Amino acid sequence: MLAKRIIPCLDVKNGRNVRGVRFSADRDAGDPVELAARYDAEGADELVFYDITASADGRAIVMDLVRQVSERVFIPLMVGGGIRTFADVRHILKTGADKVSINSAHVYSPEIIDQSAESFGSQCIVAAIDALRRPTAPGEPPSWELYINGGRKATGIDALEWVEALVDRGAGELVLNSIDADGTRAGYDLELNQAVARIVDVPIVASGGAGNLDHIHEVLTAGEASAALAASIFHFQHYSIPEVKSFLRERGVTVRQ
Amino acid sequence: MIAVIDYGMGNLRSVQKAFEFLGYEAEIVEDPERLSAATHLVLPGDAAFGDAMHNLQTAGWDAAIAEGLAADKPFLGICVGLQLMFEESEEMGKHRGLGILPGKCVRFPPTGRVPQIGWNQIAIKRKVSLLEGVPEGSFFYFVHSYYVVNENKDDCVATTDYGIDYTSVAGSGRVFGVQFHPEKSQVHGLRLLDNFARLR
Repeated sequence: MLAKRIIPCLDVKNGRNVRGVRFSADRDAGDPVELAARYDAEGADELVFYDITASADGRAIVMDLVRQVSERVFIPLMVGGGIRTFADVRHILKTGADKVSINSAHVYSPEIIDQSAESFGSQCIVAAIDALRRPTAPGEPPSWELYINGGRKATGIDALEWVEALVDRGAGELVLNSIDADGTRAGYDLELNQAVARIVDVPIVASGGAGNLDHIHEVLTAGEASAALAASIFHFQHYSIPEVKSFLRERGVTVRQ
Repeated sequence: MIAVIDYGMGNLRSVQKAFEFLGYEAEIVEDPERLSAATHLVLPGDAAFGDAMHNLQTAGWDAAIAEGLAADKPFLGICVGLQLMFEESEEMGKHRGLGILPGKCVRFPPTGRVPQIGWNQIAIKRKVSLLEGVPEGSFFYFVHSYYVVNENKDDCVATTDYGIDYTSVAGSGRVFGVQFHPEKSQVHGLRLLDNFARLR
């Protein structure tokens, strides 16, 4: 049976791994290459490198890290942050990434998804969205607004409508980042994951809000996500990956041993 | 030398570096004539079946691969590389494959999430040297929307359950194909590649 995936995310700024709290404050969380090797040894199912500087210099640093990690770690690597053009996508894949996570660019120029999926296959084109809950009246179904530029800019676009369009264009996987939950360690936005999982066929990677083992269990079961992405709970060793996996296994969730 | 066939499709460096990590000489080969110098042939692939087959034929890879197989060189197809070993695929229209093994490729039924992306297990049906030291139920990394239906029952080496049980390792003799990505499947994947490189 297909296993649920546990994916540590390394937010990289100036060559160091940092953790974000609601997309802002940074705290140093170690050397990314060392962390990547540790997560691989512990049984991470995939690794995400996220360039939060997203400048040309930042990109060069992240590419160098990807190269170093991909030489010694034999699990899938996803790279995201600041991707603007088709040439960026090609460059990242050539460097050794297995998947590219595209965020704001799919709003500025949606055809980047079509073009990348057509050239490299949907399997390596991941669309990431940052979503903020809209206020709703009692009894109304929940809805979310799509944000871009690291969660700083509202788009007025309905997130659920947008993810459908992204999948139609060829996105092979979706990363759903809840701005409300990000960095709070108060749990993933279960309703967001569930709502998206029910309208698209591609796998959903839940992101933002993991604070304890129950949160991860919830989003992979009630939240219907295929994978859980987390940053700070792993970097600061609140939990190890084997702890997460045995917790899930004891509750009947299939995970890779 | 292990030849990793470059027909313009997908991330070949990851396959090459896995062999290098294991201590083997692996070369990304762009010219079909270069295959004659290889001891082992690897056909990777991430692309759509039709495009992949078109590229193989245009550059003359189909004939070069047939020659290598006639010379009894070990062969490993990975992902779409496995699918290309069969006679045809229904991915975006009907396309002919290399026809190394009888059978075809069909799409997963829409009951589950398609593509299948992630780690899934294999159930070993036949003992082969390729899987030596790989335990029953080992997890491998899969990314695909189509799967192979082999005509010869004996060509099935291992199956995987994704709503349906399908052949995830196929082969006979020293010719194998795997639906998953061994180069992305940590220790068990590396073990499989090591076993392949040891086939003589």
